[in-house]
Amino acid sequence: MFAFIIARLFQAVPVLLAVAAISFAMFAYVGDPVSQMLGQDYTEAQRIALVKALGLDQPFWVQYGRFVWAALHGEFGLSFRLAKPVGGLILERMPATMELALVAAVLALSVGVPMGVYTGIKRNGLLSRVFMVLSLIGVSLPTFLIGILLILVFAVLLGWLPSFGRGTLVQIGGWSTGLLTLSGLKALILPAVTLGMFQMTLIMRLVRAEMLEVLRSDYIKFARARGLSQRAIHFGHALRNTLVPVITVVGLQLGGLLAFSIVTETVFQWPGMGLLLIQSIAVADIPVMSTYLLLISVLFVTINLVVDLLYYAVDPRLRIGRGGRH
Amino acid sequence: MQALARFLDSDFLYSFRRNPVAVVSALVLAICIGGAVLAPLLAPYNPFDLASLSLMDSFRPPAFIADGDASHVIGTDDQGRDLLSAIMYGTRVSIFVAALAIAFALTLGTAIGLVAGYLGGAVDAVLMRIADVQLTFPAILIALLVDGILRAALPREFHDRMEIWVLIFAIGIARWPQFARTVRGSTLVERGREYVMAAQVIGLSSRRIMTSHILPNVLGPVLVIATLNLGLAVLDEATLSFLGVGLAPTEPSLGTLIRIGNNFLFSGEWWITIFPGVTLAAMVLSINLLGDWLRDALNPRLR
Repeated sequence: MFAFIIARLFQAVPVLLAVAAISFAMFAYVGDPVSQMLGQDYTEAQRIALVKALGLDQPFWVQYGRFVWAALHGEFGLSFRLAKPVGGLILERMPATMELALVAAVLALSVGVPMGVYTGIKRNGLLSRVFMVLSLIGVSLPTFLIGILLILVFAVLLGWLPSFGRGTLVQIGGWSTGLLTLSGLKALILPAVTLGMFQMTLIMRLVRAEMLEVLRSDYIKFARARGLSQRAIHFGHALRNTLVPVITVVGLQLGGLLAFSIVTETVFQWPGMGLLLIQSIAVADIPVMSTYLLLISVLFVTINLVVDLLYYAVDPRLRIGRGGRH
Repeated sequence: MQALARFLDSDFLYSFRRNPVAVVSALVLAICIGGAVLAPLLAPYNPFDLASLSLMDSFRPPAFIADGDASHVIGTDDQGRDLLSAIMYGTRVSIFVAALAIAFALTLGTAIGLVAGYLGGAVDAVLMRIADVQLTFPAILIALLVDGILRAALPREFHDRMEIWVLIFAIGIARWPQFARTVRGSTLVERGREYVMAAQVIGLSSRRIMTSHILPNVLGPVLVIATLNLGLAVLDEATLSFLGVGLAPTEPSLGTLIRIGNNFLFSGEWWITIFPGVTLAAMVLSINLLGDWLRDALNPRLR
């Protein structure tokens, strides 16, 4: 177990260094901070002095090393657009995105898995067919369109829920949460449903496909022959064995949730990291873009690691031998 | 002629005709593509002809609503453009971008997959590692970042002129790894076959063997992936344009139209965003349904 974690960590390091190299290259080759800092009037000597002071005359590898070192200490430079440290800007907005993504994931799992089990067991039932058609529409509608439709129905026509922002927030240490106030929770409903919809349909279809596969297998026939109750067969034997692919997809989709939160945050003007990224791309704010890239890859690598560890917990076969295929 | 007769008699066409869902989605898709390709001939107005636009015509509701106007069947947008014509031209732009982006991803991915699979060794390891790393990120995020970097790197005026090509490049770059992985897999199988050995023995260059001998034999699965990715690329383009990093309102795609309409949702002009949205959804839904059917029809195990 321990050796496995160490091996996975060593695999993750080169990936992160490569991503860091890309985001450093964005800093180094896109845009010209020196001419921006100097303004209109300057002499050649002033320019050279500034280049020296900023360390830009050093070779690529030295600059890259200093970039990684600074990043490890949480220093990512200043945003061109807001002239504030990027690390702080992103940290400030992280709670909004995290709450949105987690609530969406919980929603997708708690609705998607039961729907998948149901449609898998009663594959020709009327309700199953309705679920399948709905799921196909859910997969085909782009996230932003779902958001717009929900706003049109629940905010414009019915006026039940707010269509933008996070409502009233409560500060707990450095974390601002909307989960503790009524207006915060109301503001969260539409964005979370929008973001979770695609994942929900995906999970449902996956669980259904896996259930169909597993229910045909010999050990389920044997379980039936033993006279076990339907409930024990479906949930104790069948569902358990569908969990490995489900965990993979859910884990990888958690990364997808973070990416698509960019779209959801734009539709609902949700003040998270995604909205910050879009506003930064529009004005070519390189420091914010490259920091976002770095941060999101750290998150993705962590998620992949956790998914691998969950395999271990769910599938005992992987514990034999060292790490197995993955 | 004989080929046509054989096609008309095939299992493939039979299973298509027996499946009403496939027929309806093919029909919807045909209408979308037909309307888009023939937009200059069929559209009632030319939305790009600035001289014909009048702000007096803006925000006309659809004809079937009380104060609608029969000359604009589904209303007009904020600049007085006929919405139906704008949607037809917009679909044209969307399909153009998606098709070229997938063609680009297919070419790049196939080339990389062939080289990686045929040469093997360190080249293979490096190329596939890159593909793996890229596959951990959602395609839309890659496209967004590539677009953002190019926006910063290219001079403003040049970027605005090349906007549509930047978009195609960004979406294409985001979707190549899947093609590369598939082609590499089939190339590894083909590499061991006798005909490849024969070609090596008579001294053909690696390049020649890859392009004229292996390539035709690995293209089959690639085309299926391309079809499925086309729907995704349409969504990528719409999403990027909706986020405001895609195409400008002067040359609107479906995503741009939805973005424009979204600004007027609260003032009651719902049709500006809903009709392009419905068109987009119908088009992607029918591509997905056709893709599902195609996958089942081509899978002999399910017969």
